[in-house]
Amino acid sequence: MFDSANIIVGLEIGTSKVCAAVGELNENGALSVIGIGQARSRGVRKGEITDSSLAEEDIRNAIVEAEQMADVEIRSVYLGVSGNHLRGFNNHGVHPVVSADREINEDDVQDVVRNAKAVNLPAENYVVHAIRQHFTIDGQKGIQNPVGMLGARVEVDVHVVHGNLNRIRNSIRTVKGLQLEVEEVVFGGLASSLAVLNNTQKELGALVIDFGAGTTEYVVYNNGVVKHTGVLAVGGDHISNDLAYGLKLPLGRAEQLKIEQGGAMMDEALRGKNIALANEVGLPSRTVNCDHLRRIMSLRIEETLQLIDQDLARHGLHEYLRAGVILCGGGARIPGIQDLAERVFQMPVMLGQACSINGLSDALKQAEFATTIGLVKFGSLQQKGKAVRGGLLSGIKDTIGALIPGRRG
Amino acid sequence: MSTSDTGGLVNQALSVRVFGVGGAGGNALTRLLLNPPGDARLTVMNTDSQALNASPVPDKHSLGATDMRGLGAGGDPAMGQAAAEADEAQLREMCQGADLVFIVAGLGGGTGTGASPVIARIAREAGALVLGVVTLPFDCEGSRRRKQALLGLEHLKAEADGVVCLPNQKVFKMIDENTSLADTFEFTNELIADGVRGIWRLVTQTGLINIDFSDLRSALKGRHAESFFASAEATGPQRAKEIVEKIMSSPLLEGGEMLTGAQSVLVSIMGGADLSMAEVNRIMEQVNRRAEGAHLILGAAIDSHYNQRLSVTLVASRFQVDAPASPDTIETQRTVAEDAPEMETHFLKRQESVQHTQRFVAPPPELSAEKTQELLQARGLVGGGRRRKSANAFQQQLPLEVVSKGRFEKSEPTIHKGEDLDVPTYIRRGILLN
Repeated sequence: MFDSANIIVGLEIGTSKVCAAVGELNENGALSVIGIGQARSRGVRKGEITDSSLAEEDIRNAIVEAEQMADVEIRSVYLGVSGNHLRGFNNHGVHPVVSADREINEDDVQDVVRNAKAVNLPAENYVVHAIRQHFTIDGQKGIQNPVGMLGARVEVDVHVVHGNLNRIRNSIRTVKGLQLEVEEVVFGGLASSLAVLNNTQKELGALVIDFGAGTTEYVVYNNGVVKHTGVLAVGGDHISNDLAYGLKLPLGRAEQLKIEQGGAMMDEALRGKNIALANEVGLPSRTVNCDHLRRIMSLRIEETLQLIDQDLARHGLHEYLRAGVILCGGGARIPGIQDLAERVFQMPVMLGQACSINGLSDALKQAEFATTIGLVKFGSLQQKGKAVRGGLLSGIKDTIGALIPGRRG
Repeated sequence: MSTSDTGGLVNQALSVRVFGVGGAGGNALTRLLLNPPGDARLTVMNTDSQALNASPVPDKHSLGATDMRGLGAGGDPAMGQAAAEADEAQLREMCQGADLVFIVAGLGGGTGTGASPVIARIAREAGALVLGVVTLPFDCEGSRRRKQALLGLEHLKAEADGVVCLPNQKVFKMIDENTSLADTFEFTNELIADGVRGIWRLVTQTGLINIDFSDLRSALKGRHAESFFASAEATGPQRAKEIVEKIMSSPLLEGGEMLTGAQSVLVSIMGGADLSMAEVNRIMEQVNRRAEGAHLILGAAIDSHYNQRLSVTLVASRFQVDAPASPDTIETQRTVAEDAPEMETHFLKRQESVQHTQRFVAPPPELSAEKTQELLQARGLVGGGRRRKSANAFQQQLPLEVVSKGRFEKSEPTIHKGEDLDVPTYIRRGILLN
């Protein structure tokens, strides 16, 4: 059995699938994925749990599969959350440095971040993340790490992601019902961006769009930090639903058709072509016009991308995206979505692949695993962060403590 | 805005008249009389002199007294209309100098349905802003009455600047099942009275963030607007949250759904001295989220009587979505209204045409002759013949559906800038597939 401190599990309760990935941190601090489990999700709509008993069952299946593959016992997970209730905005915090020598220590940093987090939100809202962007010391901007520097006043810009507390609790409760601990909740879009972006892209500025089944999440990076996040409760489910409505098909059939014949772009070659649909006994029962299929899909995807584009324009973020747009999530598998996105955003668009993690088979590099892999990555960064912070704070004592087996870092 | 003439004194000089037309209108006014809105002049009007005499409202007018001899319109809108038209000169005189005229009526009967549009026209011609506050009959009152009411509503919408409509059927959802009949009517009357009071308060009382007469006019301008009205009150520390929930769950707004397509939303918040900015913000944020595309007018007033208490009045109007309100449709309706026996067929006809413009027409993917036959059979257009099973059953249902949200029917709608994103994009953009 592995040391549980080095096992990091990411769990995503998605609208189409529940997925758990097990990562292992080796002694050099390198992360590798050693197991993955997934199950079809039935109790989730638009990224939020609507039937907790079904969701619980699906989570159990995914976790068991991951446990078997990795040969570990999963005790705690990093949980991905999504949904229309999540909102992101930038905030600013100020803190005077009180120590006599004006040296900024870790406590000051904690305080200033806490100040930035203390935004005027309704009581039922919960701050999921307060991601540090940049520190400012006595008016000097662009400081990455102020610990150890001198100054009288330290300020910080953070990106706050918040959501409805009860809805977030619902996911946590469902997971806890399975005797699993939740280490932390993580915004799904943020996790995806961690998985698919490398440091250069973060530095140059990039937009990550996670086109999921129930929700579409997007994250904008610039200068290595998160500038903007957003969620649209529109996803692949909507495409299937549009097709079912427009082509007058049962939902399951529409979904199948989307996967088999779907595409994001209109294609001249398909004009006037029909697809024969077989019924239960295998005989062709009716035909579907390819043109209509593509048009319905194309319009929906284009609209979704345009909504994101408009949101970025409103925040004036287009010029920061020098590394372009990276697509991930199940929606990234739609043929032609890259071209369509290039047309909408007027910038290079790439399909995202989970990178900077070892032990990923090609199957796991697929775009739809980005969130889950990203959750593991997030977990590993947290674990490392804890180790580093502990070392700085109380020196040798904690370092020794961490070496004692069985003790969690 | 009232920048000209006497400046701040304009509001005080505002002359408000409330006409209760027909039996239901009179009853609502009786209710309103208990707590009358300021110096508004209340007048009951009826063709039935017996009902008129029974009303405690001092100011009475017997419609069509010469022709009908105070015997009532007998549920015939044409009679109500004739009665009002006969009294045109008198009515014009009554509307003289009024700035705001409320027409309170219960639609479905004779007087309210027939006379209200005429009175609205006369008042508007006299230069007043005309607001109709009307009820639609309960479903159990029969379909004939209902059609009559809807037709009357169309006419009133065409004549008035704005119509706030309270379908009685929705009141059912707001009351306890064991409520007595008298209490039910009392309740609807109270709602109507509340509506009149709320709007009156909105335009006459000066608030911190003031809404005045011209704001109301601009919110309701563009004729044929249909308006929805809701008001709620709450107390306690959680009042802002509570009040939003109350408003959004109000059956009158169909659970906030009505806000989605609203063109303009007028929100009046009334609170005590302890009303906080955060609370105002809280309420407006929620309204904003629902009606992002709408022209939002916010009013806030402080009243010392309102300590610990918070009251919100919300008027949402949208331009008619269902009927293509071209002048000729209105015109045909008018002629038909005079000819009562044809009304029903006309009404049905109109609905059918509405269905065609709204409903998405199925894409015909190169049908074979046999397939066409089969589909026609499913719709019942070709009688007899054998029936096929699986596909037919499905085809049969669809033509009856309005834009269905399919799998998202039960989940929380995704509203973005006043658009419901759960509805397929191509339908919202009006792109036809053929």
